[in-house]
Amino acid sequence: MQTAFFILLVVVAGTSGEMFVSRAMKGLGEVTSFRPAAIARVVLRALRAPWMWAGLGMMALAFFSLLVLLSRANVSFVVPVTALSYVLAALGGRFFLGEQVSANRWLGVCLVCVGVALVCAG
Amino acid sequence: MASGQQLRGQQLGGKTALLLFLMVVFGSSGDTLIGKGMRAVGPPAAWSVAPVLSFLSHAAGAPAVWAGFGCLLLFFLSYMLVLTWADFSFVLPSSAAAYAVVPLLGHFFLSEQVSLLRWTGVALITLGVGLVGNTPPRTTRAEPADGTPLEAARAKGD
Repeated sequence: MQTAFFILLVVVAGTSGEMFVSRAMKGLGEVTSFRPAAIARVVLRALRAPWMWAGLGMMALAFFSLLVLLSRANVSFVVPVTALSYVLAALGGRFFLGEQVSANRWLGVCLVCVGVALVCAG
Repeated sequence: MASGQQLRGQQLGGKTALLLFLMVVFGSSGDTLIGKGMRAVGPPAAWSVAPVLSFLSHAAGAPAVWAGFGCLLLFFLSYMLVLTWADFSFVLPSSAAAYAVVPLLGHFFLSEQVSLLRWTGVALITLGVGLVGNTPPRTTRAEPADGTPLEAARAKGD
């Protein structure tokens, strides 16, 4: 039961953390210059975005949950299950970030999800 | 108009592919290096304060862990940059290509045994990433999520 709780925490906190980072970065607008100074400015602006800190906080929570999880369950069980985050990410992209997830993209996401689970389990 | 959009799509595709490539390279080499370093360090003797602190200080003394950490920082930087224009639901499944690349590298460069189940997974990931990669990388308008007009946000930064 506790294992299920930590798996949920890893998947949900990890995916929402990445979604929050994505929201922060979308808010900065498309990067067009890749000179080091321009990249440094983008990073500094990203660090001023509240969504970025919310995202980093969630990712830290997911990381510590993963450590706890790995101390009590087998890696060969835990890591394949976390592939569920690909499906959650597509849902989040659709409903939280307003992206259009086409049928092809959905199919691709599901194949990736099953494939990652198999690679990690195999 | 249509050809302009097509050209724009191709330009977007080029830099998106480049940054995804960097994500896969730095992400998988970072994981491999940290894995290598941590295997040498070993797990903490117990999950209480003193053994965990000693575990962390051992990890911080391993050069492979630092090299892996540097790779992961470059991975995260590429990730941040690509997300300023590309969809999250495009970038995340595409970055799963790393899960297919690592067993391939292991098989061909380190002569590792790869099980049939794992090869099936590699095939499914390749197919899935191919499908996602054929969708347009960006489906949202160029508009900040926090309500700041894009022009203002750009003027502040550039």
